[in-house]
Amino acid sequence: MKRKVMAVLLVAAMAASMLAGCGKSGGGEAGSASGDVIKIGVFEPLTGENGGGGSQEVDGIKYANQVYPEVLGKKVELVVVDNKSDKGEATTAATRLVEQEGVVAVIGSYGSGVSIAAGDIFKNAKVPAMGASCTNPMVTEGNDYYFRTCFLDPFQGTVMANYCTQQGYTKAAIVYQNGDDYSTGLANFFKASFEKAGGTIVSEGVIQTNDSDYNSILTNIKAADAEVIFAPSSITVAGAFIKQARALGIESLICAGDTWENEAIIDVAGEAAEGVVLSTFYDENDASASDEAKKFVPGFKEYLGGDDAIIPAVSALGYDAYCVVIDAIERAGSTDGDAIRQALADTSDFVGVTGAITFDENGDAQKNVAIVKTVEGGEFKYLDTVTVTE
Amino acid sequence: MFRERYGIFMSMDIFLQHLLNGISVGSLYALIAIGYTMVYGILLLINFAHGDIFMMASYFMIFAVVDFGVPVWISLPLIIVFTVVLGMLLERAAYKPLRSAPRMSIMISAIGASYLLENLATYLFTGVPKGYPDIPWLTAVINVGNISFQIVTVIAPVLIIVILLGLMALVNHTKTGMAMRAVSKDFETARLMGIKIDKVIAATFAIGSGLAAVGSVLWGAKYSSVYPLMGVMPGLKCFVAAVFGGIGNIPGAVLGGIVLGLGETLLVAFFPGLTGYRDAFAFVVLIVMLLVRPNGLLGEKTTDKV
Repeated sequence: MKRKVMAVLLVAAMAASMLAGCGKSGGGEAGSASGDVIKIGVFEPLTGENGGGGSQEVDGIKYANQVYPEVLGKKVELVVVDNKSDKGEATTAATRLVEQEGVVAVIGSYGSGVSIAAGDIFKNAKVPAMGASCTNPMVTEGNDYYFRTCFLDPFQGTVMANYCTQQGYTKAAIVYQNGDDYSTGLANFFKASFEKAGGTIVSEGVIQTNDSDYNSILTNIKAADAEVIFAPSSITVAGAFIKQARALGIESLICAGDTWENEAIIDVAGEAAEGVVLSTFYDENDASASDEAKKFVPGFKEYLGGDDAIIPAVSALGYDAYCVVIDAIERAGSTDGDAIRQALADTSDFVGVTGAITFDENGDAQKNVAIVKTVEGGEFKYLDTVTVTE
Repeated sequence: MFRERYGIFMSMDIFLQHLLNGISVGSLYALIAIGYTMVYGILLLINFAHGDIFMMASYFMIFAVVDFGVPVWISLPLIIVFTVVLGMLLERAAYKPLRSAPRMSIMISAIGASYLLENLATYLFTGVPKGYPDIPWLTAVINVGNISFQIVTVIAPVLIIVILLGLMALVNHTKTGMAMRAVSKDFETARLMGIKIDKVIAATFAIGSGLAAVGSVLWGAKYSSVYPLMGVMPGLKCFVAAVFGGIGNIPGAVLGGIVLGLGETLLVAFFPGLTGYRDAFAFVVLIVMLLVRPNGLLGEKTTDKV
């Protein structure tokens, strides 16, 4: 008897989900063309390795949507899909956005690997995509439909390599995550710049996905006597990595890229995080910032619920990515993919929270300023503004 | 690829440091591997959710100490109790109803339970890693010459020996232990002999989950980062360790864990160019073991009941 009831329930559930599926796809087609909302896809990792950073980027996008809820006289609806920090899942999520949901543009993703994986799907569907914080060059290369609001890894790698050289360091170790395009890319750009400046890389370590024991890599670094460790990695890795390094008695400077500007790292590493140096996109206390930025800081903090924590740079970039897309749709005057793409390409000196945005021929925001920060007294402190012109 | 700049001519203290790292990570693998092996021994089930129970134990500790301000010495027994309850609940909800179902169904149920716990944790606690509370008598750093290590690094192997002896005594010299052995020999016959199978199974899950909780405390002290997917890799590695040592065999799980931890660490130590193949090592070991000695290092040859 019990079994029969279960079977009936299961069949009912399956039938219901099939009906729901049909309804959804029908609605999606109508929504993009003639509905009274304009759908924008948010393609971000909410779970997995980069789930933490991805959610922070989504916070920025959602806040921007709250501030500017309308375009072309219609309401903007955000369709958030989770790419699970996984390249395979990323293509599924991207396909869902363009085929089922019928979005007119996409924002994301945190993490370059998933953005690269989904690039062709957006390109083939002629849906413009706006990366917020994906810094690997390959995201926009050869893809006319992918843009981004942040600087690139070759630049970021140079910034950190220059910083280390200026401090008088000549022996560096690099550590990166296996299969993570952001991490391996940035580490290699750092290596190239550091060696160009006359330094040597004395040790290279590779971290495995989901691994939390870095002692063997760190012991090798200790043996090689590196003065500085450059370890661009996800925030999941970062805190534990720093803590284990200090527990092994390694006193070298530990530095990394933009992902590390996150409270979670200080929370996990505690006192060990003191003195860590990183480059990032944005400083909320920048006095020369635009009015948009000055409005954003208190507004976003209130949106987050009055937490006195710093604003993650990725949230600010997410905010900018949304605003620049909305601006382009407004100027294009339509929701046609090619029209929006053209409007985005024509964007010139758009005033964002993280600085003025103009796209080059690759679709990358022309940004040549990075902020270098350090951890002091359990907080991220502004250290330097670095401009690289080449 | 082979950049053996200092691989072969490693100084003594660096070698000792590597050895220490290896033994301590191996002991942690061993603690979690015991949970796998015990459940397998009794139910012939690979409890895929074991790594996630370990993860939940870490979150329990954070809630107790950070959010509720419970002192560490009270939190320790408290989280063990909570984790044991969670493990037993999981068994009740996901495995008990499938007791007479084909083995494949219960395996799928285990995978489902694992995903459920991971996603529940992501939903409730977000993916942002949290710091494990600092326990000074575990995390303090000791320097001996050029070698630095945390106290937990030496406590882990000692604790694993104590736990191993305790478990062996339990299995070999108590009534519950006798029942466990009987159930693992023959499920049906044991039931016919009047052994309350459900109770034995519950006890097994309780012990496994309790050890996962102990493991999570040591793990947290050593690696300090807590996030919803933290149980995935230890879960997989410890499963490999359990199979390597002979699944169903408790000393085998301990041996497997330590060999695996040492092997991984020394691979990186001697061949720095191979750091990218660390995980591959564990799985290569698994494959070779299954080919050469399917019953594992200490596994007994059993005649199949099929």
